[in-house]
Amino acid sequence: MSKICRDAFEALAGIQSGMTLMSGGFGLCGIAENCIDALTMIDISNLTVISNNIGNSGRGLVKILVQKKIRKAICSYVGGNPDLEKQMFAKEIDVDLVPQGTFAERIRAGGMGIRGFYTPTGHGTVVAEGKDVKVFDRPCILETALTADFTIIKAQKGDPYGNLWFKETARNFSPLMAMAGKITIVEVEELVPLGAIPPEDVHLPGVFVQRIFQGKNYKNDIEFLKLKE
Amino acid sequence: MSWSKEEMASEVINMLSDGATLNLGIGMPTLVAELMPPTKNIMIQSENGVMGVGERPTAETVSPTLINAGKETITVNKGASFFDSALSFGMIRGGHIDYCILGGMEVDVAGNLANWMVPGQKITGMGGAMDLVNGAKQVIIMMSHFNKNGTSKLVYKCQLPLTGTSVVNIVITELGIFAPAVDKFRVLKLAQGITKESLGGDALYV
Repeated sequence: MSKICRDAFEALAGIQSGMTLMSGGFGLCGIAENCIDALTMIDISNLTVISNNIGNSGRGLVKILVQKKIRKAICSYVGGNPDLEKQMFAKEIDVDLVPQGTFAERIRAGGMGIRGFYTPTGHGTVVAEGKDVKVFDRPCILETALTADFTIIKAQKGDPYGNLWFKETARNFSPLMAMAGKITIVEVEELVPLGAIPPEDVHLPGVFVQRIFQGKNYKNDIEFLKLKE
Repeated sequence: MSWSKEEMASEVINMLSDGATLNLGIGMPTLVAELMPPTKNIMIQSENGVMGVGERPTAETVSPTLINAGKETITVNKGASFFDSALSFGMIRGGHIDYCILGGMEVDVAGNLANWMVPGQKITGMGGAMDLVNGAKQVIIMMSHFNKNGTSKLVYKCQLPLTGTSVVNIVITELGIFAPAVDKFRVLKLAQGITKESLGGDALYV
């Protein structure tokens, strides 16, 4: 069965209210623009969204956040996302703030079949509240894996099997989320033939990808343009 | 005369050993990357998945997919590498990074740091800060000495939610360089013309 879909709507078939969704990107860098735009037009609600920033600066996942489609967010950073901060203070959304390294590792664990792990990160802070503590060389807290019903990510290049190649820092959480999603959807700037990505250069093997499509109209927004003076 | 932000960054650069690996937080610490002399052979890591951060790009070389942890455009130097976030934090948590330089809201004499939320007022989230303070070999906090209300951000005991406990090695402000020393801050250096008395609450310092 082909993994290739026509567009974001076909790729998102089967997504339902109440599901858990992982979405790649660091701020707006490397986000699945086409899938996010499609989600704004799909009648859906009560999503649990796992994403580092839940969009930023009014863009990216903020588009579905302001539509009140997200019931719960699991993320590491709220700064730069005033819409999320506002909904947090108004108690319109549950937000689970997770240290970024723990966040990444919980997602990696989810994809790798690891159920939990102990980390020193967060010990002695509110992050540790209610968690099992075990002393190794120093006290560590138990963190558990994260998985998702659907994952949406973007890659620069992908082939029909789903082998992916990411550009520069656009890789971030995307390969991890691809591994942790039951149905992983990848949109690519360039859908290339099998073999076009040399095996040594495959950043994520296609076994983790269920659906792939050629995206369009990428904005690739820059949040803070800083040039050499 | 208190130090400018650039002078603070230069003071930080002077503290670093040649050839070290450095992680930079959001805001003021990014100045360190901009002012880093190439002769120091420092590799700068950014948590979003890059080792070998270079200077700012030009209008011709700028790339929307090449950013630092503050979502600002950057370039990379020769020898750079890109990787995913789990590997990035593996470098950090695994003790492979020599220094991290972060901003702060409060640092106390025990080396506790608070820098991610003010209850009821402001939530930025911890981002990578909790991993960094537990993983980097040396933690340097670069921040203004006083908050907007004029209250010292160097305190006996942090009141804000903590980022990490007993993790801070060095604090640099516009007034000087300080090290948490159990019950006080040891003054390592003061900006020219600044005295211990002018720091306010001089009982806090030795």
